Amino acid sequence: MSAPTARPGPAARRPAAQPGQPKPAATAASGSAAPIRRPVAPEKLTGAQSVVRSLEMLDVDTVFGIPGGAVLPLYDPLFDSVKVRHVLVRHEQGGGHAATGYAQATGKVGVCMATSGPGATNLVTPLADAQMDSVPIVAITGQVGRAMIGTDAFQEADISGITMPVTKHNFLVTDGADIPRIMAEAFHIAATGRPGAVLVDIPKDVLQAQTTFSWPPEMRLPGYRPVTKPHGKQVREAARLIMDAKAPVLYVGGVIKAEASAELRELAELTGIPLVTTLMARGAFPDSHPLNLGMPGMHGTVAAVAALQRSDLLITLGARFDDRVTGKLDSFAPAAKIIHADIDPAEIGKNRRADVPIVGDCREVIAELVEAIKNELAANRKLELSKWWDYLEGVRRTYPLAYDRPADGSLSPEYVIQAVGRLAGPDAIYCAGVGQHQMWAAQFIDYEKPRTWLNSGGLGTMGYAVPAALGAKMGMPDKEVWAIDGDGCFQMTNQELATCAVEGVPIKVALINNGNLGMVRQWQTLFYEKRYSNTDLATHSLRIPDFVKLAEALGCHGIRVEREEDVENAIREAQSINDRPVVIDFIVAADAQVWPMVAAGTSNSEIQAARGIRPLFDEDEAVSEPAVIHEAMEESASHAATFGAGSNGNGNGNGTGGSTA
Amino acid sequence: MSTTHTLSVLVEDKPGVLARVAGLFSRRGFNIESLAVGGTEVPDVSRMTIVVTVDALPLEQVTKQLNKLVNVIKIVEQDEDTSVARELILVKVRADASVRTQVIEAVTLFRAKVIDVSPDALTIEATGTRSKLEALLRMVEPYGIREIVQSGVVAVGRGPKSITAAR
Repeated sequence: MSAPTARPGPAARRPAAQPGQPKPAATAASGSAAPIRRPVAPEKLTGAQSVVRSLEMLDVDTVFGIPGGAVLPLYDPLFDSVKVRHVLVRHEQGGGHAATGYAQATGKVGVCMATSGPGATNLVTPLADAQMDSVPIVAITGQVGRAMIGTDAFQEADISGITMPVTKHNFLVTDGADIPRIMAEAFHIAATGRPGAVLVDIPKDVLQAQTTFSWPPEMRLPGYRPVTKPHGKQVREAARLIMDAKAPVLYVGGVIKAEASAELRELAELTGIPLVTTLMARGAFPDSHPLNLGMPGMHGTVAAVAALQRSDLLITLGARFDDRVTGKLDSFAPAAKIIHADIDPAEIGKNRRADVPIVGDCREVIAELVEAIKNELAANRKLELSKWWDYLEGVRRTYPLAYDRPADGSLSPEYVIQAVGRLAGPDAIYCAGVGQHQMWAAQFIDYEKPRTWLNSGGLGTMGYAVPAALGAKMGMPDKEVWAIDGDGCFQMTNQELATCAVEGVPIKVALINNGNLGMVRQWQTLFYEKRYSNTDLATHSLRIPDFVKLAEALGCHGIRVEREEDVENAIREAQSINDRPVVIDFIVAADAQVWPMVAAGTSNSEIQAARGIRPLFDEDEAVSEPAVIHEAMEESASHAATFGAGSNGNGNGNGTGGSTA
Repeated sequence: MSTTHTLSVLVEDKPGVLARVAGLFSRRGFNIESLAVGGTEVPDVSRMTIVVTVDALPLEQVTKQLNKLVNVIKIVEQDEDTSVARELILVKVRADASVRTQVIEAVTLFRAKVIDVSPDALTIEATGTRSKLEALLRMVEPYGIREIVQSGVVAVGRGPKSITAAR
């Protein structure tokens, strides 16, 4: 093995991501499809200038950051760059999430910047967040001068040591001459293979010292060789299993990152196999498509959970059998054989043994799978799925995603979120924080296109939404960008609204204000005997803070909505204002709950469509469904958590959803 | 069932690589029994020999995770039957004039060496498999062991093939 081979994988497909892709050493001829920029002969400049030149050569147009002592030398040449726009955020965490939102919305590498010590440690959360969700970001941090490293100098932190477990890779630059090479390697590592977070730490004296810059640098990554091309034999074996299956399901994960939505659609329509999209994959396949059963997992649709649970074959495409999807692992999809395709070999067999492991890029895997299945079909083999679909359609019809209006007449959070989705439509970008509002946004907004749903899935980072929306809007200025946030999350990162207001980034925030840390409160209701320990944020009882005043203080337009009849007008008002950000403080019911739900640590078979209703479990017990449902509806009316008719099961609630309890 | 596995890991000779590798093991709750690091015949490539006691399945997971480290070039599991493994031990044994010859006799039997002598102690150098060194220690233990220092195990595959040449 020799130098890294830039395979015609993600890099080749996303020219925008890295047109400045430098030529990997030696074996570049074997497939670097990325165009090579005009070379730059060696020239004398400072380390800081070398960083800025590298960013320019890598076609970085936006950097989110905050200067400080150690990184100051870098901010001087950055001031002069006409290609790189630096967005001054108000907190480094916001800068990190903004880079992530930018990357998720555009498919390009997101870039953030911070100074040493506290600046760098503030990036730890967004780095871990991006790494968990396989989002390509590069963080550049200043470090104290080389002579001071290890002396507990002012604003010193061993950030490469600290971030080792939460990054795909990181670098501590010790020689200015290495800057172009390391910058090229950092972007290459972030964007290729399984994308992830990369940190480059540069001591102040390296930034200040004279060095030479030339381009393209020769990358030296002998240990980095992502496999993108799947093994043909494995693909044919997968096709054979698919043709034999009676109850197959496409379990769809990282298809968006692989830019494989078109291929996925071809595979699904060719075979007619039902499909579920994980939280991270919402938008990879249209919600309006009849083959889409919606989101699986803890708060997935009953149909999606039932499909996985009753399946005899899971065709897993870039998904990772996360505990929030599988529930209790040893009772997950007990009868299913597993085809597991992933670009990361370490995911295959990690949680669930794979019968057919396929290492490769999802787009290539799916494209080859389509060919292999076409060959099977040409040989007159047929997929017989009508019985499977009869069952699934029954579940989908009986247990659609729906919600009830709160019994006390207060505003329904699900209604609000559904209205935002309906009015902003499938072309808008939606960013969510973490908690109930995130689940409702995943359930009740129809996603038709990839890169329109941004959230913190793996790490579950509260406070993600506002800065991510900033990044998404910077990357996609022509799109309407909504942050759907909770009153808990919003108070963690709302300072970035000042950034949005100052930099002219008119995002819209739908603040789902239920007065509490809602998801924690829901668990306290269900599992802690309604002992509401430290979940009341007083955002209802005392109205502290006053979010409308706060929004106005941050340079935004603020609107408050407390009645259902005002919801649509407020959303339209927000849509009409584009000279500054808009925050709508929706005062919603505190007791609304997210359903369906698989309680943590239990089997997916025990999914409750609403409180006390276990469709899959009861079905086994041969309990007559309607009687149980009505009983449970009455019982739980006060919890406003029953289900009703009106919304179809695609997570596609076109109806207003649900009867009023 | 936990068994002992010996991994040869080729890594780039760069600062922080040991921390990355060791961190991976500790994060997954694996105790490294023995670790030896040194250069190879290839410039800028170091070789780690890591001995862990772990089930086969988690071991596969940890080697896959190790492979994901950008600085890790190659991992080979050294099978007991097709590789040779040695470690080095230095033992300081209490030995005055009255027992010195008996200790030296044991040393000779194990084809070990005395590398330092003082009026009431000997320092013994021995190499071999873990079981041989344990046997040696049992022999000299009655005289009184004052200090033991051991290198990690180093291992290499039998036959003409080289894991570094395969690059």
